[in-house]
Amino acid sequence: MSLDTISLSGKKMEVSNKKMSFWESLYLVAIVKGLFITIRHLFTRKVTIKYPEQKRPLSPVYRGQHMLKRDDQGRENCTACGLCAVACPAEAITMKAAERKPGEEKLYREEKYAEIYEINMLRCIFCGLCEEACPKDAIYLTESKVMVASASKREDFIYGKDKLVMPLEMALRNSKNKVS
Amino acid sequence: MGEILFYILASITLGTALLTILTRNPIHSAIYLVICFFSIAGHYLLLNAQFLALVHVIVYSGAIMILMLFTIMLMNLNKEDETHKSIASKIAATIAFCLVGIVLLAGLLRTKPVVESYFQSGEDFQSIKVLGKVLLNEYMVPFEFASVLLLVAMIGAVLISKKDKQKEA
Amino acid sequence: MESTIIIEKGIFIVIIFALTMVMAMYSTWAERKVAAWLQDRIGPNRAGPLGLLQPLADGLKLFSKEEFIPDTKNKFLFLAGPAISMSVALMTSAVIPWGDKLQIGGRDVILQATDIDVALLYIFGVLSIGVYGIMIGGWASNNKFSLMSAMRAGSQMISYEVAMGLAVIALVMMSGTLSLREIAAQQSGMNWNVFYQPVGFIIFLVCSFAETNRTPFDLAECEAELIGGYHTEYSSMKMGFYLFAEYASMFISSTILAVLYFGAYNYPGIEWAVENWGVNIANSIGIAVLFVKICFFIFFYMWVRWTIPRFRYDQLMNLGWKMLIPIAIANIVITGIVILLADKFL
Repeated sequence: MSLDTISLSGKKMEVSNKKMSFWESLYLVAIVKGLFITIRHLFTRKVTIKYPEQKRPLSPVYRGQHMLKRDDQGRENCTACGLCAVACPAEAITMKAAERKPGEEKLYREEKYAEIYEINMLRCIFCGLCEEACPKDAIYLTESKVMVASASKREDFIYGKDKLVMPLEMALRNSKNKVS
Repeated sequence: MGEILFYILASITLGTALLTILTRNPIHSAIYLVICFFSIAGHYLLLNAQFLALVHVIVYSGAIMILMLFTIMLMNLNKEDETHKSIASKIAATIAFCLVGIVLLAGLLRTKPVVESYFQSGEDFQSIKVLGKVLLNEYMVPFEFASVLLLVAMIGAVLISKKDKQKEA
Repeated sequence: MESTIIIEKGIFIVIIFALTMVMAMYSTWAERKVAAWLQDRIGPNRAGPLGLLQPLADGLKLFSKEEFIPDTKNKFLFLAGPAISMSVALMTSAVIPWGDKLQIGGRDVILQATDIDVALLYIFGVLSIGVYGIMIGGWASNNKFSLMSAMRAGSQMISYEVAMGLAVIALVMMSGTLSLREIAAQQSGMNWNVFYQPVGFIIFLVCSFAETNRTPFDLAECEAELIGGYHTEYSSMKMGFYLFAEYASMFISSTILAVLYFGAYNYPGIEWAVENWGVNIANSIGIAVLFVKICFFIFFYMWVRWTIPRFRYDQLMNLGWKMLIPIAIANIVITGIVILLADKFL
């Protein structure tokens, strides 16, 4: 078998440049065939879903908006080590570290915490490398179960801690579930 | 009513015909000519000759003027390209035009108004059925001559536009 | 008597005008819906139920867009282009018989704006003027792509008008009249012309695609080569006029196809309906039947649009001049021979 007759997919077609006969060059038969193909699509099931009302099920490993996690006692896990920012291929993450003051032990788990933690959602490619890099299990992309919402200003896409940190009630609920 | 319409149409015809000659922009003058043709079709309609009017619109404004516009648009005539004719040719053109005008006027003045000599044949000559019968019975020979002439012109056009195969080789 | 006729015709014309507009409006909606369906999508469904208010939203959007006139010396011609296109698209409906007649208050109301002797020629005359809207608009835009597109549209329309005319001549030879009313009346019952003139019908159909600048012959607005076509420089409602004119002429040419070849308002059993149900009901059904036929052809236009890719320009010209015209002429000759033989032996 010569090389140009092999067809691995079984769909290989020979292109022919043979001269069309008069009847063929009227295109009528071909057009009628084509019309039948298109009309069949009129009756097929439509693939569109009506998005805001209807949503496709998300895969269990999807990656959505980031969430900075709290531990069982509602303390932030993040220590502002900066490994996520280093790992980020899109350079979307910036942060500023601060030292934990006495009396803030309820809020932050370690002595160092992120005073400012910002992710630029326009730069983020949702690759999940930050999640992999984090030594403290502080950042997750699936946990929040939300997609990044649209906005009309660029500044609105820079998400600060107000949007990223897991809500306290959620952390408490989680710990309650774990106990029971 | 008819008379008022006639005067309006006549003024449009004459006005646009003059503008055709006087405007500098070739496209504008072609468009004036189209309007002129339309008003002539209006004259035909006033004379109750619908067939003639419509054929006039189809042939002159619909086909010939479009081709004219085509060539003018493709030639991209600018003011810079405008050729200036010599004074001698301008004078010659004026004289020739005046002579033709005098001949036409003299011819028209000599004709008698034919209104009195109309007679009722009982046939409606505006109907295309009658028109077709007249064309293909009484005026068969000139009709066929005209068609042969057009055919010859068409073949000639095809012949000119065809590339010379021997020269190419 | 005179004034009643004038009033009657006036009302009728207004109705036809409104109808053409509504049909053109909803053709834009139908175009998007059909396009979506044929591509396994749903199509516009947000504005109103089934997206039925979409044309209004589109119109509102077009009206509120910025009106932009390019820097050209021919402002008047630039404005005249869409106006000509639109008025020409609407003019044709004057001679179309929308139905047989209705009896209102003991009078016969003929459902046609005007029944002229040379209605078919009138349609061709108006069609041939239609090129001016595109040519003038394209030229006055002062943009070489618009000009090229106008050229293409012009030459395409002239070329296909010839084949269209020749296809109709065979029909006229059979029916022996140019009046659309008589042609419609001759096709009573199922005596439709398409059964006698199938070749002529196909040629006419192909040519009407070319005349309305629809795919596969929409080379005039071929985005890949010519940006937007002859209306590249147009914005706001002037652009809307061009688009609207396209849909209006699509509606009109569907009507002409239905009237010439598909029996106009006739349906099998119309005589029986007239006898049993009266003229009004029978002819009202006739109008409805005509509109069903028209809607089918409009759908066909859209169906073809999503089936056949655009022709290349030389293919277009070859098809027009070297295929359709010879076939149309052969069709005329064969029709003539058959008519002669039928006269002799039947």
